[in-house]
Amino acid sequence: MSPPDSPADAPALELDGVVKTFSSGGREVTALDGVTATVRRGLVTGLVGPDAAGKTTLMRLSAGLLVPDSGRILALGLDAARQSLQVQSSLGYMPQRFGLYEDLTVQENLDLYADLQNLAPKERPARYEELMRLTGLEPFTKRLAGDLSGGMKQKLGLACSLAQPKELLLLDEPTVGVDPLSRRELWAIIYRLVEDHGFTVLLSTAYLDEAERCQEVILMHQGKVLESGPPDSFTTTMTGRSFLVTSPEMGKRALQRTLAQQPPVLDALIQGEGVRVVTREKGDPGLARMGGQNETLEVQQVAPRFEDAFVDLLGADQSKRDAAMDVPAPEHAQDQGPVIQVRDLKRRFGNFYAVDGISFAVERGEVFGLLGANGAGKSTTFRMLCGLLPATEGSLQVAGHNLRKAAAQARAKIGYMAQRFSLYANLSVIENLRFFASVYGLKGSLRRERVRWAMEEFELAELGRATSGELPLGYKQRLALAASLMHHPHILFLDEPTSGVDPLARREFWRRINALAERRVTVLVTTHFMEEAEYCDRVVIMDRGKLLAEGTPEELKQAHHTEDNPDPTMEDAFIALIEQSHAERDREQAA
Amino acid sequence: MNGGGWRRVKGLVRKEALQIMRDPSSIAIAFVLPALLLFIFGYGVSLDAKRVPLALVVEKSSPAASSLTADFYESQWFRPVRYGHIQAAQEAMRHRRVEGILWLRSNFASRLFTGGPAPIGLILNGVDGNTARIVAGYVDGVWSNWLVRYAAAQGRQLSLPVNVEQRIWFNPEVRSTNFLVPGLIAVIMTLIGALLTSMVVAREWERGTMEALLVTPVRLREILLGKLVPYFCLGMGGQILSVAMAVYLFEVPLRGSLAVLMGVSSLFLLAALGMGLLISTVAHNQFIAGQLAIFTTFLPAFILSGFIFDIGSMPGWVQTITHAIAARYFVAVLQSVFLAGDIWPVIWLNSLALAIMAAIFFALVRLRSRKRLE
Amino acid sequence: MWGRIRALVIKELLALLKDKTSRLMLIGPPLFQLLIFSYAATFDLNQVPYAVYNQDRGTASRELLASFQGSPAFKLKATLDHLGQVAPAIDKREVLLVINIPPDFSRQLLRGKPGDLQVLIDGRNSNTAMVLLSYVRTIVTTFSAKWAADHGWPSPPAELKVRTWFNPNLESRWFIVPGIVGLLTLVVALVVTALTVARERENGTFDQLLVTPLHPAEILLGKALPGILIGLAEGSIIILVAVKAFEVPLLGSLGALYLGMGLFILSAVGVGLMISSIAVTQQQALLGAFLFLVPAVILSGFATPIANMPVLVQKFTLLNPLRYFLVIIRSVFLEGADLELLLPLYWPMAVIGVVTLIIAGWLFRRRLY
Repeated sequence: MSPPDSPADAPALELDGVVKTFSSGGREVTALDGVTATVRRGLVTGLVGPDAAGKTTLMRLSAGLLVPDSGRILALGLDAARQSLQVQSSLGYMPQRFGLYEDLTVQENLDLYADLQNLAPKERPARYEELMRLTGLEPFTKRLAGDLSGGMKQKLGLACSLAQPKELLLLDEPTVGVDPLSRRELWAIIYRLVEDHGFTVLLSTAYLDEAERCQEVILMHQGKVLESGPPDSFTTTMTGRSFLVTSPEMGKRALQRTLAQQPPVLDALIQGEGVRVVTREKGDPGLARMGGQNETLEVQQVAPRFEDAFVDLLGADQSKRDAAMDVPAPEHAQDQGPVIQVRDLKRRFGNFYAVDGISFAVERGEVFGLLGANGAGKSTTFRMLCGLLPATEGSLQVAGHNLRKAAAQARAKIGYMAQRFSLYANLSVIENLRFFASVYGLKGSLRRERVRWAMEEFELAELGRATSGELPLGYKQRLALAASLMHHPHILFLDEPTSGVDPLARREFWRRINALAERRVTVLVTTHFMEEAEYCDRVVIMDRGKLLAEGTPEELKQAHHTEDNPDPTMEDAFIALIEQSHAERDREQAA
Repeated sequence: MNGGGWRRVKGLVRKEALQIMRDPSSIAIAFVLPALLLFIFGYGVSLDAKRVPLALVVEKSSPAASSLTADFYESQWFRPVRYGHIQAAQEAMRHRRVEGILWLRSNFASRLFTGGPAPIGLILNGVDGNTARIVAGYVDGVWSNWLVRYAAAQGRQLSLPVNVEQRIWFNPEVRSTNFLVPGLIAVIMTLIGALLTSMVVAREWERGTMEALLVTPVRLREILLGKLVPYFCLGMGGQILSVAMAVYLFEVPLRGSLAVLMGVSSLFLLAALGMGLLISTVAHNQFIAGQLAIFTTFLPAFILSGFIFDIGSMPGWVQTITHAIAARYFVAVLQSVFLAGDIWPVIWLNSLALAIMAAIFFALVRLRSRKRLE
Repeated sequence: MWGRIRALVIKELLALLKDKTSRLMLIGPPLFQLLIFSYAATFDLNQVPYAVYNQDRGTASRELLASFQGSPAFKLKATLDHLGQVAPAIDKREVLLVINIPPDFSRQLLRGKPGDLQVLIDGRNSNTAMVLLSYVRTIVTTFSAKWAADHGWPSPPAELKVRTWFNPNLESRWFIVPGIVGLLTLVVALVVTALTVARERENGTFDQLLVTPLHPAEILLGKALPGILIGLAEGSIIILVAVKAFEVPLLGSLGALYLGMGLFILSAVGVGLMISSIAVTQQQALLGAFLFLVPAVILSGFATPIANMPVLVQKFTLLNPLRYFLVIIRSVFLEGADLELLLPLYWPMAVIGVVTLIIAGWLFRRRLY
């Protein structure tokens, strides 16, 4: 299919000074601001960057779905803007959310895309067989695409975009909302395509850790290419700058706060029981003595990560501010005993148990993580705890109440931050804050004072009149957190609080949560970012409605250390647990 | 279009057909809604006043008065209620218990044939002018008939200078169902054609499948054709159902030929589908598409198509607007084909207008859509 | 408690009125519909195209035809020469009416004998045909009376004097425009409330509300009040337009009118919130509102009298709040009806409003997932 005038060693995709702006709400938004990049043939190139970096726009431009304002894009030697139909016949593209018809079966989806991509009927049996082998969807051909799990949808989307073999494959955020195990399987498929068939793959991702799995990386931020090259080239500049610091005496949060304030420290993050530090210069600036006069810290050099390079490139100074939250300690903060207690909790939908008998307890002042893949039952559990959903069986207590039945006063003690930072999108920042302050019963000068506090503390002052729906995601997240803190809650519920926001905003967010935890506010958080589990005091991992494991992040990691993998990450531990659980299920079904 | 093109269209049509079959809401809009609307209209809407409550006030009984009131009791149009005196009757009318009052004064019998001030009066509640006019016509009919008979019985020669002989063509029993039901078919077809199509395309945008379609080698005209064919078939299905209900359930006569009816219907359906696709080029979410479709196609089809209200009597500027509404041409043909027969001048002219509108819509759709995401 | 409800109401109003498109949706379509409906939705006829087939050469026929030509309701389209032209003229919808005058019409009249006049009417729209016929009769009756007086015919028998209360000229617009006040108020109140909960559910903000100390009754009130306020405002604007621009007489008291409108909007808001608490998505809410609106409008007496419907359907309309309000508003506008007279119409709307609100409140708590 490749056009005759493109030599085999020419890049598969070339972008030269591409600018693309959109107008939204009367304002011009620059999505791509002079992007120049190349994607080499036969490699997996990752287009990496936080939300709103311009990744999707770049993908769509390359597929000829958008026309650049200026600049030129050559896809397989063809001008993507002018010869878009030819470009579209020669490349495969999987959009976000996979572009599947959910009310069609797996086979019907495949048939449709085979028709659309001109796959001759006589070639189909062989091609289908190959795709099925690749994706492992064979047993599910009669199932509706809408009934597949996220991971299987993603594989089907890939199969559909490959109905006709293509030289260049563009995958837009293929791993969003998919559990770590499925992500691993997808990567295996992609490498098989590249190695066995000589494909070229460009895939975009907001997970910085996935950059390390690519052969080439294009790092984007705010419509610009920050840097590109093999992932090693990013991390090599960072060698000798990453350390794990632990203290036998100090709490990890206090340690993190102390270290973050030191001038030589670029970045400090809680990891397990310790704090991971990235320094500004190569070499240890004497981290061991940074804990205070009579404290000696243990310092251990660790391998750099891609994210370290990202933070370095963006100059993380802005993220260093000390987020000492002005949160008065809740009353009875010194009381002992668990704040949240869950016993044999079950929730049935039809004849399916979304939550199937789980028990755990959360102590006061703890940051407690609820981890699991999509559909594991963590959102259902979360909603039951908040009183949004009645439990089918079992008992649950939040601050001594079942919120489902409790009087309104009991709800005044909790703060809640919904998924996707649910705020009233067409109200301004200040109107949102005023509204939430009022419904929590704040009046007059007290309300004015809290609103002022929130505007200052969360650096929203200049944005007071801005419509909250038009804020960048990071600011929305801040506003949502501010709104949930207006009434000094004792317990804070956070549902996927950092999904989609960039690593810097995520750091800032967690600094605030840490400050709250230090003031003995109890925090319950759900997340599918395994690295965020590290920031929690304790976590539970859920799968298919059951608890697979419970413990501190360190305990969970240690439980899964093997000879091959002496220092497993949270993700390794998670995958090992899920695999165990699936193996058990298969054994049960066999028996 | 080459072989690959046809295969792509076939694939798209099959996909759409499967989706229609699996999505109960499409079926609902195409078949349940028409049936429901026809039921409500067929049974609920009637402009034919029957058994109108009418107050009778006879101040002094006489043979003439008894004979006249007897006629009112016999008439199928009235449900007379006797009141002792006029104040009571007027009170009843204020409370909307009666629609009108027939008032026979005490000197009714004596002054019947002397001319001069009338000893008989009719008072009507004029709030609903249309009903009032119809009731006045009914009363006048009963009164005139009685007068002629009574005069003859008295041996008097009674003559008015002009005798009006009225002939109402096509619908001699003036059944409003006969014109409401055919007109309603136009409204229903608009609903299927424009509302369903625009929402289905918007759904593809919302769910991100449109992006996946656009990036395949499929051509734009193939995507449009892939939407057009299934919804055309669905629309014709709804049309057949509506016609069958009209003829068999509501007993509307079909005097023209079925072939002509179906031919013109398909032209109208094309125009409605074109409108739906045009809406979908503007609105990429179902909510806005739905609002736009109701606002730009459904309401005009209701009010400005001549389906209930006579276009010729509207102000000039409103009449001008109605020329841009496809339903007006279709309603004209429907009412003719059902009640009058195959009147070719009516059919040709309106079909031509429908064909031109369909062509304009498709040209606009083609012009406005790009194989792009912007 | 009132502070929290106030906050809810302010938030709701801001959310509705800050957004340009939703503001446009609240103001644009209703005004546009008012205009179109008021001008287009009328049963009155004018400029009806007609043809004359006059075989008579006398003065009587000329005089009669002159009175048709003098009427603004009629417009002469064609003068026919032979009978064969009559059918095509009607078939092709060129004319709605053909007046056929036989050759001996004038002669008969001059001889003192009644002359026959044939009128042929296109019955494809039976309502138009009926109205047209009554127009023709009026003209002919007037002509007859004049001819009888001028030519010394024996005095005619007693005449049926028709007097029409409230709307002496039987203007359709006086009937339709107050009806539109009811119709549009219903649409606005319903759309404002039916979508609110569904929209919050979709955006996830409803969960946010439910975890606050707000009591369900407070949420319900916070949702109902904005609908009532906007409905009242919109209704007032339309009433103003009806009175000022369309010159519909407003004879009754504003108190009676606003009591009716308040109760009517209460019931509309109740129905809207009920739909809203059942619907999960805005899509479903919109469909639900549509499914309620269409029968509610058709079976309300807005365009066609309820009395003409089958008895079973008439019973069914008792559940329809619009049916009561239409009578109230028309009575207050045209009849000048007072509170006492309208009492039997107020309480059913109050009952519908309270019952639907209770159901909506109950559904709020039920459908929290």
